[in-house]
Amino acid sequence: MRPFEEIVEEHGAVVMRVCRALLGPHDAQDAWSETFLSAMRAYPDLRPRSNVRAWLITIAHRKAIDQTRKSSRAPRPTGDLPESPTAVGAPGPGDDDLRAALEALPPKQRGAVIYRYLADLPYGEVGALLESSEAAARRSAADGIANLRKSYTKGPEQ
Amino acid sequence: MTTDTSTDNEIIAQLAAAFPVADSDTDAELRARLAAEAEREGLLDVSYRTVDSPFGPLLLASTPLGLVRVAFQREDHEAVLAKLSTAISPRILHSPRRTDDVARQLDEYFAGRRRHFDVPIDLQLVGGFRREVISHLREIAYGSTESYATVAKATGNPAAVRAVGSACSHNPVPVVVPCHRVVRSDGTIGQYLGGTEAKAVLLAMEAAA
Repeated sequence: MRPFEEIVEEHGAVVMRVCRALLGPHDAQDAWSETFLSAMRAYPDLRPRSNVRAWLITIAHRKAIDQTRKSSRAPRPTGDLPESPTAVGAPGPGDDDLRAALEALPPKQRGAVIYRYLADLPYGEVGALLESSEAAARRSAADGIANLRKSYTKGPEQ
Repeated sequence: MTTDTSTDNEIIAQLAAAFPVADSDTDAELRARLAAEAEREGLLDVSYRTVDSPFGPLLLASTPLGLVRVAFQREDHEAVLAKLSTAISPRILHSPRRTDDVARQLDEYFAGRRRHFDVPIDLQLVGGFRREVISHLREIAYGSTESYATVAKATGNPAAVRAVGSACSHNPVPVVVPCHRVVRSDGTIGQYLGGTEAKAVLLAMEAAA
């Protein structure tokens, strides 16, 4: 079994990408830490030849659900929220709109788009994560992309 | 549903660009936080770091019980960590904190300002007769040497000279447990896990101090 450090080294960045897509830049670091802490606890029991990335993304998925529940119970500030800063330097024009459009997708579509296109998981794994079939995951991802196209109109080509 | 795949691909590419994969996102601070939390939860079975030495980087690996492995560069640190993963636990993270003391003491030792190490040592990687030998090695004073035969006698097995040689060459914590102070009866320095040159450097340094 490989030292866990190698797992963090190899998959840390993609897990962070997924956490940011699921939760936004503020909560992403907490979710990342919790994901790898849980993963480290379970790591010695991970079956050989498991898809480690899919396993990590599954944990991140659950952490994101927990975190979303927690923050929906927490008191929310009233009035206008400040604009959220980007965590990734200066994005190209329109990145914020695309992120907002992604956030506005129905949960299944949003999950399917993130896990298929940002985590690069096969549809079988995406389906398992979203508790639906491979075919349903494929449809959700396609619908999600179609909806992003519709709602996100500030791309390079109008 | 759309069948306009070229526009779909543009959206997908733009989405990927809006969420770049950057190694800088998981920087040292975040990794240190993970190691600290893992340690607090009792999950950090092995932590490691590397330090400089007169003969290249040394790997220092530690369990909650103490220093468990010191490895020379020629042993291939990656291979050593892979072995620790199998022999002890795969819950291994790079984290310097636990080995701060030994790192500082090694610095002092290589600078000629320290004559013995005062750090907890975890000998779980050695069993049986080898462990007896390693335990005895800790009693050989700075600047002095013993022959393999003397060590064999000291551990109550005068005939086990070869086994003593083997125990020394498998010392998991060289330098800190001074297997370099065991030499051949004919006065030549004998083999060393870190290479005979490293052994000669250590013996010369101790003799000069």
